[in-house]
Amino acid sequence: MKLIVCVKQVPDTGDIKINPETNTIIRESMPSIVNPFDKNALEAAVRLKEAYGGTVTVLSMGPKKASEALKECISLGADHGVLVTDKAFAGADTFSTSYVLAEVIRTLGDFDLILCGKQAIDGDTAQVGPEIAEHLGIPQVTYAAKLEYADGTFIVNKEHDEGYEVVEMKLPGLCTVVKSINEPRMPTIRTKMAANRAVIQVFTAADLTLDPSKLGLIGSPTRVKRAFSPPKKESGVKLDGLESRAATEKLVGFLVGAELI
Amino acid sequence: MNINDCRNIWVFVETEHGQVKNVALELINEGKKLAHTVGEELIAIVIGHKMENVVQTVISYGADQVILVDGAEYQDYTTDAYTNAFTKLIKIHQPSAVLVGATINGRDLAPRIACRMGTGLTADCTGLEISPEGEVTWTRPAMGGNLMANIICPNTRPQMGTVRPGVFKRGTSDKDRTANIIREEISTPEKEIRTKLRDFIHVAGIAGVKIEEADIIVSGGLGIGKAENFMLLQELASALGGAVAASRAAVDEGWISPLQQVGQTGKTVGPKLYIACGISGAIQHVAGMSSSDFVVAINKDPEARIFDIADFGIVGDLFEIVPLLTDEIRKRKKL
Ligand SMILES: Cc1cc2nc3c(=O)[nH]c(=O)nc-3n(C[C@H](O)[C@H](O)[C@H](O)COP(=O)(O)OP(=O)(O)OC[C@H]3O[C@@H](n4cnc5c(N)ncnc54)[C@H](O)[C@@H]3O)c2cc1C
Ligand SMILES: Cc1cc2nc3c(=O)[nH]c(=O)nc-3n(C[C@H](O)[C@H](O)[C@H](O)COP(=O)(O)OP(=O)(O)OC[C@H]3O[C@@H](n4cnc5c(N)ncnc54)[C@H](O)[C@@H]3O)c2cc1C
Repeated sequence: MKLIVCVKQVPDTGDIKINPETNTIIRESMPSIVNPFDKNALEAAVRLKEAYGGTVTVLSMGPKKASEALKECISLGADHGVLVTDKAFAGADTFSTSYVLAEVIRTLGDFDLILCGKQAIDGDTAQVGPEIAEHLGIPQVTYAAKLEYADGTFIVNKEHDEGYEVVEMKLPGLCTVVKSINEPRMPTIRTKMAANRAVIQVFTAADLTLDPSKLGLIGSPTRVKRAFSPPKKESGVKLDGLESRAATEKLVGFLVGAELI
Repeated sequence: MNINDCRNIWVFVETEHGQVKNVALELINEGKKLAHTVGEELIAIVIGHKMENVVQTVISYGADQVILVDGAEYQDYTTDAYTNAFTKLIKIHQPSAVLVGATINGRDLAPRIACRMGTGLTADCTGLEISPEGEVTWTRPAMGGNLMANIICPNTRPQMGTVRPGVFKRGTSDKDRTANIIREEISTPEKEIRTKLRDFIHVAGIAGVKIEEADIIVSGGLGIGKAENFMLLQELASALGGAVAASRAAVDEGWISPLQQVGQTGKTVGPKLYIACGISGAIQHVAGMSSSDFVVAINKDPEARIFDIADFGIVGDLFEIVPLLTDEIRKRKKL
């Protein structure tokens, strides 16, 4: 089975620091990590490889530094790492990002399944996976919470408001995975050392046949007009030191007043 | 598509078991305001099978026109069939903007459509504005809610966005309203539908009402202490007619299904009332509930961050307050 996992290196938004004067995020202070959902995607791929044989290729578009993320994935069971990096890709929105990733995947040859995270914890759009599938003209199942393979099809439990849909998908296809699909493994000292020695395959724009009108900022149909800190909410009522019954009565009065009950 | 040829705002009408999802009605109401500002119409796009009731519902909630695609292949949602029908409709009718609810299926469908049309898609919006020329400014949170962005799609059409449920209000229904219905024959051959719904696993659990659709949510965190204690929240939720949700910490403990998780890695909700019990208010949790209209926090730690975003906070023990609250509400509602 030929498996491709798309991974994004992201700032650790769990460790975010805000500059109190400008009210902006201090990006330099944030360590880079592998997007958490992409680790679940990788784990799902490695488990398929362990069960059915094959290879797992991890693919990332980003700055050169993103090769660290790819090496971490190799320490977690991936076989090859592929980095696409070029100034021409800077400022890409999801349409342009997915276009480049799809073209790299085409260049790499046949595959059975592409796995992505549900979303990246910085951009938070959840669009790159489905857009890769569209560029490649393959089926998709998003929000996968379980993934099995039998008789030439993938059987996926897809999250739903009331439970899970069990969906069959023909290959080749693409899945985006949610956190509950698995518990990603930890690297060992041995796998970490081996990953450090691994050679990451690098593609630049010149190595691919790309339509320049779909690249970077110019090739992106969306544009970020302005970014700003979320407005601070006015502080509400806070009851401290009140006996529980009195506090509850006040709350009920408030809810009734606001016509919430 | 030539920008000057494109007009009208479309809303994708998502349905489930023949029922219109709330978010579609919210978008009809809000999208109509935008459309009328620029002298255009709000058109509801209905795809499915035997959708007469759905069509009536969206008209009663204010759609200026309806475009209907009916076919047995659209009975259940599939990415392939719905993308095919929707993109063909776009090519025929050339809308200026398309609004889709940011639900599981909406976020599955919208990127396929946008990509096939070679246009931009803004994700999970919480604000919409329109310029006199008809350019939409989409506002959305990113970085787990730490950053807001205004996004535009200047050069391609349609302008597309998924919009978070619960952010906008639906209008009132008028059963006597009428509107033009355009029926389009678009079929999708079976071999082009490459996924198939095999089965459905119902997660009964303690979840009565779905959290995405609930007007009231009672949510529990690590402070709940153990799985059985979620019954306290369930009782409060039942008294209020709401749903039970949880923080990731409570889900990770295995006390409640991951389907009930609110937050960056869980679901995004926007109820009228969100009652957070024993939840500290981590940014990743808040990202999933910050568009709630009214937030109540019950936490024994006066420093908990949840109080920063609560409209009404009680520093106290949830095991005392929640049962008292349930009793009080039952009394008032004579339950
Ligand atoms: C504030 C802000 C708001 C934005 N809003 C939008 C918007 O609304 N619409 C839009 O089109 N663009 C938007 N962008 C641009 C967008 O964030 C980038 O295109 C980004 O590179 C990809 O989107 P994402 O981070 O949301 O990824 P997602 O689509 O959330 O990622 C899903 C999965 O795709 C894979 N993946 C994503 N990126 C890569 C990568 N570089 N390499 C390998 N795999 C990857 C991973 O498996 C990941 O788990 C925004 C950017 C900013 C700064
Ligand atoms: C990438 C990433 C994604 C994440 N995604 C999510 C997500 O989607 N959703 C999410 O929720 N979290 C998410 N998290 C985790 C998040 O950072 C927090 O760890 C989590 O929200 C904490 O859950 P909690 O508030 O229930 O637990 P805690 O932070 O442990 O808080 C428990 C609270 O209960 C209070 N308490 C205890 N006993 C009582 C009592 N008897 N009465 C009243 N109060 C009491 C305590 O004072 C405390 O404030 C994510 C983290 C990361 C890094």
